[in-house]
Order: sequence, then structure tokens, then C-alpha cells
Amino acid sequence: MKRRERVNSLSIRTPEGIVFSMMLAGPVTRFLAYIIDVAVQVIVLMIVSYIAGLLGVFTSVLGPTFYEWVYALVMIASFAVPILYAMVLEWLWRGQTVGKRLLRLRVVDENGLRLQFTQVAIRNLLRVVDSLPALYVVGGIACVVSQKGQRLGDFAANTVVIRTPKIAEPNLDHVLSSKYNSLRDYPHIEARLRQRVSPEEAAIALQAVLRRDELDPEARIKVFEEIAAHFKTLAIFPEQATFGTADEQFVRNVVDVLFRKRETTAAAKPDKAGVGTPL
Amino acid sequence: MIIDLERFIREERPYWEELEKTLGRIESDVAYRFDLATARRLHYLYERTSTGLSRLSTFASEPELHRYLETLVARAYGEIHEVRGKSHRFAPLRWAYRTFPRTFRRNVMAFWLTVGITLAGSALGGAAVSFDVQAKDILMPFPHLQIDPRERVAEEEKEQSDKEDERQGTKVVGTSFYFTHNTQVAITTLGLGAIWGLGTIIILFMNGVMIGAVTLDYFNAGETTFLVGWLLPHGAIEIPAILIAGQGGLLLGKALIGWDSRLSIKARLRAVTPDLLTLIAGVAIMLAWAGFIEASLSQYHEPVIPYWLKIGFGTVELVLLALFLTLSGRKRGLDEEA
Repeated sequence: MKRRERVNSLSIRTPEGIVFSMMLAGPVTRFLAYIIDVAVQVIVLMIVSYIAGLLGVFTSVLGPTFYEWVYALVMIASFAVPILYAMVLEWLWRGQTVGKRLLRLRVVDENGLRLQFTQVAIRNLLRVVDSLPALYVVGGIACVVSQKGQRLGDFAANTVVIRTPKIAEPNLDHVLSSKYNSLRDYPHIEARLRQRVSPEEAAIALQAVLRRDELDPEARIKVFEEIAAHFKTLAIFPEQATFGTADEQFVRNVVDVLFRKRETTAAAKPDKAGVGTPL
Repeated sequence: MIIDLERFIREERPYWEELEKTLGRIESDVAYRFDLATARRLHYLYERTSTGLSRLSTFASEPELHRYLETLVARAYGEIHEVRGKSHRFAPLRWAYRTFPRTFRRNVMAFWLTVGITLAGSALGGAAVSFDVQAKDILMPFPHLQIDPRERVAEEEKEQSDKEDERQGTKVVGTSFYFTHNTQVAITTLGLGAIWGLGTIIILFMNGVMIGAVTLDYFNAGETTFLVGWLLPHGAIEIPAILIAGQGGLLLGKALIGWDSRLSIKARLRAVTPDLLTLIAGVAIMLAWAGFIEASLSQYHEPVIPYWLKIGFGTVELVLLALFLTLSGRKRGLDEEA
């Protein structure tokens, strides 16, 4: 029988045939978010207790019954805050609590659909099982074992927790000079290169340029020679464009073509999901 | 294939921004309702952006733009392809008088199963106390239940006739305590249904064992009137509430096991979650009432409150609850449709 392996991202194919993916959050990050949430709850309850203590001053005026009411409210708050905290915030903030927001996590429907209140409520009610016997042992084991990193509450509610990292652009200005790039003279071949390069290939070229000073001189020459040779097979530029250009310079020119912002594009602005638009 | 990426971005950018703005508007209002024009426009923008994402997917050079479009498409997809009912403005009365009792009736077999499990536990608890008095120490976790029933009744009745109402003022605290404790038990009872219903069955059975042991202990001691007068006012609501929580736990277990269903596990869980939520919310309301009654009525005995009055009150509560659960929101054919 084929073993179902744990995946790092959740890919969804729409009926229109478009595929988009969301990065799944790991158990450690989720536990850290939980610790932050517990700290927030403790602070809220401390504030409630402090206010209750202040109200106790009025007991002599308003009688002992007044303080009984205050005490009862503290008791209910101690019970309700841990249960309602995540439920309310995840509903109002579309799958986020304070901890999840800080660590850029979000609860989403497993099928990419709109998160419903019933899902939020069930996944939080079932924390009682996930937290057994202590410190989320059951939930943690379920999270590690599950293919999509789901604890029992997620499983019952058909939800997953994803990462919504802020996408930072590599700062290429310090590695790419503003010198003349001969490849830019051939926009149609430049476009072909962009189209043919896979994300992995582009990442290799970028990492080679960013980390070039860490390489030994011999290794540096060899690495850039191999990378340049590969890129030259993907799009064939006229000899005038590559004549006299060292392999390293050629790779830098390729990276410039692939990654460098165009002058016409505006500065990135963050969208609601924390992903910057590159427009 | 996109030859001129800059031109492509320049031309498509207004549509992406419009889609982002529309999504922001929809997402900021939980009860947002589409009009036809907005729905059509949203669909158009979604399809256009999806096409853009598809065309861009071959471009390794634009990971950030790719990610941005993925996020937009994901958000729009969630709105457009959502076929489940969108959240309505919550109508508490409609929920209380129609949704809750109908949900209960629709899953009544699970409720009868919880009754059966609890009765089986009660029989075992009763038998254990009958055959072995020492079993009380194990079966009854509360100290006031472990003493001889005759001693306890005499002590409590004497206390209440001798002194002023010592519990005056503690009713609110008592209500809060009973409510929070019992609701915690109810949530656990439902939640443990996540281990294929086994956890729920164990809790219900153990609860039954305790009820059976206490009942037989007081019955054997000739203190049945005290017991009924003490338990019935709050128990008439509290015990059915725990059973309804168990009903939810068994429904969850059934959905996980997939008995008698051709649906996938995901579809089964999707189908059952609204019912679970309705049941546990109803249980919380019932337990708030039971907590209030336990703090303000159940703890008072003769001579302060005659037993016949407490038993009568509890009986009325039980009858009203039964009528509510069986008749409220009933319309010919509607229960079945729901």
C-alpha cells in the first residue's frame, strides 16, 4: 500500500483548471503561535482580575452581594476567555488570532473555500481533545502524523493552517551593478529566456550571484561556467551580446533580466493577506 | 505565452486592483450579500486574473507577482465557489425555537443511544453499591456523597432550620461555578466523540455509573424523597443537557466512522458540524439555567423549601423540556426536509 506522505503545501485546482498553492504551517510554528495566544489570554484575565480587585473597594458601600457578582463574573471570564478567544478572533479576523497574526499563520478551509463560523467553532471546541493529556500532546501527534498537518479539530472542521509569509524581494542592487546589460538589447530573446527558465533554475542563478563571495576562486569559476553554459542552451543570444563577457557576468546579466524590477513598476504595497503586490 | 511582460502587467493591473478592492469589501462584512451586477463583475475579474496567473505560471522571473496572483485567485475562488449557505444575521429566537429542537429531533436516535448508555452505566453503578458498600469510595468522587445518606439528610435539614440563610449571596457564585463546570463537562463529552465516539461513550457510561450508585445508595437508606428533591430541580435540565452533548459526540463519531454513508469523510464532517454547533450551544443555555436552579433551589431542603414543591418544580421542568424538544418548531414535513 502506498504511504501517504506529509506535504508542505496545499495545491488546489479550480474548475477552470488553474492551480494555486498555499504553504502549510508546521507543528512548531503553530505551537509558538499558541504560546503567544495563551500569553494574551493570561494578560486579559489579569486585567479582568485587576478590575475586579478595584471594584472590591465598593463592597463596603454596595454590600457583599456586589462582590459576589464581581467574583462570579471573574469566574465566568476565566472559563469563557480560553474558549471564546480563538473562536471570536478567527471568525472576525478570517482565520487569525494574535499569535497567528504575529507569526503569519492563517486558518483556511481545506478546499480553499470561505471559512465558515461552524468550522471555526468546531475546530476550537475540539481543542479539549487535542490538548489531552497536557500541552497538546494529542493535537501535536495528530499534526505530525497527518498529511496536511491537521490536529483533530482541524480534521473535524475540514480546515488547515497555512503560512502567509511576507514575500521579500531579494535586494539585487548591491550585487548587480547598473552597468550596461547586453542581453537587454534583444527583448524578444530576453522574453524567451524568461519563459523557458524554471523557478528552480532561476533560484540557482540568483543564489550563485548572491553567494559568489563565499566560493573558492576555482569553484567560483567552475560553478558560473556550468550555470552560464546551461542558460546559453535555453535561449541563444547573438554573439555580439555575449562576446567578451565572462561566465559570471553572463549569469549576472541573466539574473538581471529575470529578477530586476522594471522602471515602470511601482513600489510594492501589502495586501490583506500580507503578500506584497509587486505592482 | 507572454512576450512583453511589462505590457501585460500594465494592462492587467487595473483589473487585479479592482478584484482586490472587491474582495476586501466582501471580506470585511461577514453578512455581505452580492447583487447580480457585483457577482457578475467578480466572476469576470476572477476569471481574468486566473487566466493571468495561468499565463504567468511559466515565468520563473516573477515569483512575487505569481504569489500575489495566487493569493488573489485563492481569495476570489473561496467566494465564488462557495456553495454552502452564507452566514445570515443570527436570529436568536428563531434559532432557539426552531433550529435547536429540529436538530435534536433529526438526530434523535443518537440521543436514545446516549440514554441507553447512561442507563447501562446506572445499572452497573447501582449493582456495585448494592453488592459492595466499599464501592462508594471509588464510584462517588464527591465527599458529601460518601457519607451515610441518613446522616447527610439529618445534618443538612438541621443546619437549615437552625441558621439563617447562609447561602444568601452565594447564589450568583454558585450559578457561575455549576455553569462553567458542567459546560466544561459537556464540551468534553462532545469533543471526545472525535475518537470515533469512544470517549463520549466512556464519559456517558461513567456518568451513569455515578448516578446509579448515588440513587441506589439513597434508596437503600430510605432517603429517596430527599434525593429526588435535591436532584430533580436542576437534574431535570442538567442530565438531558449532558445527554444532548453526548448525542453530539456520537454524531461526530458516526461521521468519522462513516457508518451507512457513501459520502467521503470530509463531506460527512462538513454535513455534521452545523448540527454539533447547534447542539452544544443549546446545551450551554440549558446548563446556564440548570446552574442557576442548582445554586438557588436545589441546595435548600426542608424545612426551608418543602420537598413536594421541589419535586413538583423539577417535574414541570422535565415535562416542559420534553414538550419543547418534541414539539417546538414542528411543522408537517419540515423536520424531515431539514
